[in-house]
Amino acid sequence: MRALVVGCGRVGSSVARRLDALGWDVAVVDEKEEALGRLGESWRGTFLVGHGMDAKLLEQAGVEGADAVVVSTNGDNTNIVVGQVAKQRFEVPLVVVRILDPIRAQFYAQQGMKVVCPTQTAIDQLTDSVLTFADAAGALEEAGR
Amino acid sequence: MYALIAGGGKVGSGVLRRLLRHGHEVTLIEQRHDRFERLEDEFEHQVVHGDATELYVLERAGIERPPDVVIAVTGDDEDNIVIGQVARERYHVPKVVARVNDPRNQKHFDLLGIGPTVSATQSIMALVEHEVPEHDLVPLLELRNENLEIVEVQIDRDDPCAGKTIERLRLPEGARVISVVRDGRAVIAGDGTELRAGDQVLAILEPGQEDALRKALIKR
Repeated sequence: MRALVVGCGRVGSSVARRLDALGWDVAVVDEKEEALGRLGESWRGTFLVGHGMDAKLLEQAGVEGADAVVVSTNGDNTNIVVGQVAKQRFEVPLVVVRILDPIRAQFYAQQGMKVVCPTQTAIDQLTDSVLTFADAAGALEEAGR
Repeated sequence: MYALIAGGGKVGSGVLRRLLRHGHEVTLIEQRHDRFERLEDEFEHQVVHGDATELYVLERAGIERPPDVVIAVTGDDEDNIVIGQVARERYHVPKVVARVNDPRNQKHFDLLGIGPTVSATQSIMALVEHEVPEHDLVPLLELRNENLEIVEVQIDRDDPCAGKTIERLRLPEGARVISVVRDGRAVIAGDGTELRAGDQVLAILEPGQEDALRKALIKR
């Protein structure tokens, strides 16, 4: 299987390393050359320097015919546009896009985009832990009466 | 008309000034604090501070009414595309005009249906070609939605159309000669208009008819 990862920060690089370790053919694109360092010593895949909006670069990185594209640069809007280009222009079967802003994430998910929103996940989990704690405390109090 | 402008650089603030002068209602959103303050001094409450790709900022600026037109002219093409999509799909804004900063991104705007677009590079190139003509069709105006294009071409002495009237030209179905500029004066072209060396010919055509039009007019 072949994957393209756009954006090699903490998230992108870790996804790329995991797929690489599982035997995937992975290409990574990042604006900064230093980002290669995040991929570690055992990295076997491709690394290209450039911007995800650059369609030529995506082509060099093998977007055509890729099975999956993961878009996780540090810019929400860049991710939104690059994800749509991968899906609609290059017809990649699976495109997953990270969007940090929960409101934009929800809107584009409604438009049919496959979106991961870490901020929303954090909000849900933090709220859930508080509510779970409150429930447990309430139950204890009830039992103590 | 009510217009919402995203981006308060030279382009955005210039458009704001013009629209206001024509009596329109306008709100402009600017993200950079220094720019916002300068604009606020001049335009007061017509300027909103914030990131125009954040939905709550757009809502604070009145996008829910919705505006008749959203003008996305930030310096960031990704932002202009997202603003255009959100305006159209979520707030049902009927018209979006967007700026293309890097001409290589034009394809992304077209793919995602954001437009009409304006690109300084594109306009300057068209001007350069108009001022320093090469012997070919010079694209002057592209009406993307209407699927039409206006081109200009200078006629040389040994071109096949020189000395012929327009009705005798083998113009393709999807092309018409609109006018002829001769000695600095333009005349509307009719069937009997004769083309001569030195004429500047304006033609309108459907995209894809360029080769056929070239063949009818110029020697290449």
